[in-house]
Amino acid sequence: MATGAQTEQVQQIEEIEPFEAQAEIEGGDVVLIDTREPHEYQEAHLEGGKLVPPGLLADEIATAAPDKSARTLLYCRSGNRSAIAAAQMQRMGYENVASVGGGILLWQEQGLPIVAAKGMTAEQRERYSRHTLLPEVGVDGQLKLLNAKVLLLGAGGLGAPTAMYLAAAGIGTLGLVDDDVVDSSNLQRQVIHNTDRIGEAKTASAKKFINALNPDVEVVEYGMRLDASNILDVIADYDVIVDGADNFPTRYLLNDASVRLRKPVVSASILSFDGQISTFVPFEGPCYRCLYPTPPPAELAPSCSANGVLGVMAGTMGTLQANEVIKLVLGVGDPLIGRLLLYEALGTRFTELKVRRDPECPICGENAPEIPESEMGQFPDYDSFCAG
Amino acid sequence: MATVRIPPVLRPKTGGAPEVEAAGGNVGEVLRALTAEHPQTAEQLFDAEGELNRYVNVYLNDEDVRVLDGLDTAVKDGDTVVILPAMAGG
Repeated sequence: MATGAQTEQVQQIEEIEPFEAQAEIEGGDVVLIDTREPHEYQEAHLEGGKLVPPGLLADEIATAAPDKSARTLLYCRSGNRSAIAAAQMQRMGYENVASVGGGILLWQEQGLPIVAAKGMTAEQRERYSRHTLLPEVGVDGQLKLLNAKVLLLGAGGLGAPTAMYLAAAGIGTLGLVDDDVVDSSNLQRQVIHNTDRIGEAKTASAKKFINALNPDVEVVEYGMRLDASNILDVIADYDVIVDGADNFPTRYLLNDASVRLRKPVVSASILSFDGQISTFVPFEGPCYRCLYPTPPPAELAPSCSANGVLGVMAGTMGTLQANEVIKLVLGVGDPLIGRLLLYEALGTRFTELKVRRDPECPICGENAPEIPESEMGQFPDYDSFCAG
Repeated sequence: MATVRIPPVLRPKTGGAPEVEAAGGNVGEVLRALTAEHPQTAEQLFDAEGELNRYVNVYLNDEDVRVLDGLDTAVKDGDTVVILPAMAGG
């Protein structure tokens, strides 16, 4: 009789008290398995507990507990699921399995230690669960994102998609620098704005979108153009800067200021069907001037307003920028340091080029002059430099 | 023959072609072959002394020719020469 057999099996399970389990765990040589669902595990689990949800037991237990003769303790919320899993494992040939009676609830009631997700509310744990499930992010990584401050130069073709994904990712503070207002010709690519907000300041329009998407994000508006007199004050507070500026003077000024303050810059540019992106981390890799020592003359530097730009290509480059920012904040993966990635939308082709630090670079090279504190805020005239 | 990748700003000077085949034993010869075929590209690639303009980056495959032998960098059949100007669009 099926039910009788099952009852018999459950009765054969060894069940131990939380304090006994704790003693065994401290003694070492114990495999500890959490037989709950991922979202429960994220909220709180036992230290060293490996997650194997009930539905995945057959597939994943061999990886989590490769040795069938090893002492293996199972726990869940209240002790039911772990007892069923223990029975299943015994049928699979595990010889020394026990279920922790009363589960993590009783464990906590008895004052035994757990690993809990600190610093996030229940809503945040739910909202960012698809991030925290990734081992490369986890709760700690999400907290880094929530505490990060990222400044976006431009809330336009690049800044719009970058801001949207950074806001969704829960970047705690997003600074937006843009002195422009929303125009109907922006809406083919600047998807953070909309038809109702034509004529509004771009920073205000972007803030509305971001607040509606994610109330965790604080938006700081800078309705100005960055120049030598204000750039250091604006960028000083930020961890990462995203360059989506639409002109060369701002790009060179940002580079020189960010090298002085040692701020990483994720830099992209777009024109017609083509985009470029690289990540400049001062003194770790090249800077923008190592790549482009001199700006091109005006006739070789057409703008998107003169030449056109494919809207979705701007979106591709903007989301690549957001990806770089998130990796820098988390400290995972390989950012585009020393690499320039080209994207051609017509051919759907990516090309990667090497970018070297230039020992002769006037900004970050070996012979670059030390900037005394008193001259920190003084910069050359970039408008004439770029017009030359 | 090498393949020369033409950036968007120069495509009006190559009849719109994003890539041009050009022959030459080194990067300078390949670029000269390009300017012979499409004369309007010359003034944007080279200065009055015949040197590469400072604002034009040229790569042989994935390496900047500035860290190789500049215009003297040897080119093999099937190599790609990438012409890359800075862009400021955002």
